[in-house]
Amino acid sequence: MNVERLLRILLLSDYNTRVVVFGTVALGIAGGVIGVFLLLRRRALLADAVSHAALPGVAIAFLVLVGLGQSGRNLPVLMIGALVSGLIGMGCVIVVNRYTRLSEDAALGIVLSVFFGFGVALLGIIQKMRGAAAAGLDSFIYGKTASMIRSDALLIGVVAVVVLIGTTLLFKELRLITFDPDFAAGDGWPVGTLDVTLMALVVIVTVIGLQSVGIILVIALLIIPPAAARFWTESLRLMAVISGLIGALGGYLGTAISGMAPRLPAGAVIVTVMGAAFTVSFLVGSERGLVRVLVDNLALRQRVLNQNLLRALYECEETGCTDSADGQMHYLSTARGWSAPQLRRWIRRATRQGMLTLGKNGCWDFTDHGRREATRVTRNHRLWEIYLLEHADVAPAHVDQGADFIEHVLGDTLVAELEDVLADRDALPASPHSLLPASEARTS
Amino acid sequence: MIWTPLDTWIVAAAAVAGAACALSGSFLVLRKMSMMGDAISHAVLPGIAVAFILTASRASGALFIGAALVGILTAVLVQIIRQYGRVDHGASMGVVFTVLFAIGLLLIERAAGQVDIHPEHVLFGSVELVPLYTIRVLGADLPRGVVVVTIALVANLVVFAALFKEFRLATFDPELATTLGVNAKFMHYLLMTLVAITTVASFEVVGSILVVAMLVVPGATAHLLTRRLLPFLTVAVVVAISAAVLGHLAAIGVPPLFGFEDTSTAGSMAVVLGGLFFVAFLFAPEHGVVAKASARIGLRVSILTQDVLGLLARVTEGAAPTSTPRTTTDTLREYRRSPFRRHRSGLRLGLTLLRLRGLVRQRDGRYALTGAGRDAASRILRTHRLWERFFFDEAGVDLSELHHAADYLEHYTDADLQGALSEELSRPVTDPRGRRIPE
Repeated sequence: MNVERLLRILLLSDYNTRVVVFGTVALGIAGGVIGVFLLLRRRALLADAVSHAALPGVAIAFLVLVGLGQSGRNLPVLMIGALVSGLIGMGCVIVVNRYTRLSEDAALGIVLSVFFGFGVALLGIIQKMRGAAAAGLDSFIYGKTASMIRSDALLIGVVAVVVLIGTTLLFKELRLITFDPDFAAGDGWPVGTLDVTLMALVVIVTVIGLQSVGIILVIALLIIPPAAARFWTESLRLMAVISGLIGALGGYLGTAISGMAPRLPAGAVIVTVMGAAFTVSFLVGSERGLVRVLVDNLALRQRVLNQNLLRALYECEETGCTDSADGQMHYLSTARGWSAPQLRRWIRRATRQGMLTLGKNGCWDFTDHGRREATRVTRNHRLWEIYLLEHADVAPAHVDQGADFIEHVLGDTLVAELEDVLADRDALPASPHSLLPASEARTS
Repeated sequence: MIWTPLDTWIVAAAAVAGAACALSGSFLVLRKMSMMGDAISHAVLPGIAVAFILTASRASGALFIGAALVGILTAVLVQIIRQYGRVDHGASMGVVFTVLFAIGLLLIERAAGQVDIHPEHVLFGSVELVPLYTIRVLGADLPRGVVVVTIALVANLVVFAALFKEFRLATFDPELATTLGVNAKFMHYLLMTLVAITTVASFEVVGSILVVAMLVVPGATAHLLTRRLLPFLTVAVVVAISAAVLGHLAAIGVPPLFGFEDTSTAGSMAVVLGGLFFVAFLFAPEHGVVAKASARIGLRVSILTQDVLGLLARVTEGAAPTSTPRTTTDTLREYRRSPFRRHRSGLRLGLTLLRLRGLVRQRDGRYALTGAGRDAASRILRTHRLWERFFFDEAGVDLSELHHAADYLEHYTDADLQGALSEELSRPVTDPRGRRIPE
């Protein structure tokens, strides 16, 4: 690869590059920001149907222009055609969804394929027309960023500004209809109007994106940046910002890379770059990324195991099984069905954490810190058991399991409430059921 | 328009491809996964491209294998992103298929110089060229495209015939299927594989995008027409085959009517499919828009006429049985609890309909029940008053609210229910206000 050339593109040395990068970056921002609401509204694929449905509109606008003796390459007119037929497509989705028992995805599939087929049939006619320069229409299917001129880029810029202003002004309203449309409606917000506004912005972004990214890939601009941004934050405002940034980055890098070599259509490169950004976010996103989720899960699992071990040991002590090392190990492994190696591993970890020490007779004993923690866990377990017994009418044989699930996540407030409800309990109530493992309880 | 043997092969290829797509697509529609067909059909593009580049030919097993793998990969990736990333199903499909499609597009564009592959042919198909490439099968020269889609159709038929019960169960009652030991995950990925194979086999014919029309629209059309699985599949296949025939006819026949040359068969097939779906949407016997609207209108008409009959009976009740009591529309409208106080046109319409049925006659702007009309009106009045009795005696409804409750139910009560009601109440002769319940 030619480094000098890459730098020239990245630093926007050429006028043409500046125009194209401005256009794709503006498009990326607009798509990223408005896509956030589309994604959270669970309507991601509606944009797919709309963009496919735009094709016949483009073709008809072209035919009309040629029929009127004009050049068919009048971009604003073609875009108006795309807009109208995209809206008709969206209307069809709504009608099919409402008046048949077909699910929404079937309605989307029907509309996008039939409209697109109609568009292809019309393109087939146009391509065989004598003297008509139909070549420009291809760019609507695959996107031709390179053909973007100053006025196109300006149009995209204006739309991006409109989208940004619109979402900023309507942020509170859009957030409301995104997360709780029923509440919004009940509270007197014009949910229908807001929804139409949102979808209108989506359709407009889709249509201006057609020419540069193409019908098939334009929805990527609306879906991928917000889906990637979701991994980094739980805040809607931040998500919109991050999503816009990812969109801008995709537009910038994608355009630059596609300028590096011939036959690298910018639309496809932009989408691939965004795909890479999505993959990175999916893996290492700070809020919902895979690594973060796995680490959290692992930590929770270890905490649960540790607490189970502490409680088992505490109960072992209560039943007096701590006389011999063998008796203790036997109790611990039957209480939870742990294998000896597992048990040894967990005991080692608890020892490392300063919870357990090896006593004189070869038995494991709590440290002070360990005993406090074990008492707390056992107490939470029993409080919940008693609560289940007295207030939820759960049979004594079942409370142990019920409490087992919840004891690890009981917060301080909940424990305090339990203490209130079960006012006359001792500091550590006795277990409401036999502490011996089931097999031995039956024989004794 | 001239029909040649070439056209026959084109239609044959399209019809077989359509039938194969319709079969696996029907299950997609039933499992509410139509857009998965869209996703897979876009996503197989890199599979096709890689197989093309590696083998430099269109006819290869590698193509099928590559595509099937990418198809399964798509389904797996969508599932992973959805499950571990907690991304909405639609969005996770959108992410996966756009990225895969973009990669496929890049591969094809980069390879276009060296290999005989064109994005247009992959995306929109080139069914018109199907008869040009032939291979020898069983001693006969057959168009390769036809052979390929036939293999896909056979694969579909074999799998669905062998696992018909399992697919039916897993589709309509996944929980029951799981308890009976049908592996739902396996069925899911098997279907995804079939969809991928069918898509790849058909892309030469209808193109990788229009294949969505063949996957989704026949199944959706069948969904409007029938509830049983076997007729469902039959309807879907018939729709797909008709679309192939009509679509090709339209492609070569319709544009010349407007002074153009012929157009893409694949595009026209999608349009014809849309048309067939639209016809079913309007005229499906049970779920069609027209059927539903006419059922609604029929119900409204029957309620209207029953209301008018009941009103006439009440107004003229108590007059001497020998004379024929007559009444004007004004009297009817101003009668106590008349539903027509502010609804003059409804009353007119009801009276006209009743006259046409010979239940009411009119002279000098005054209306009277005929003999048959009196019988019909008595039945309605009887039902109404039985219900009033029932609500008063059995449900303790207040006198002032009886009329409303009975007024609603009288329209939905048949003779059996009326008899049962009378028996239940020990055959009362008066309503709670002491008015006679007619026999």
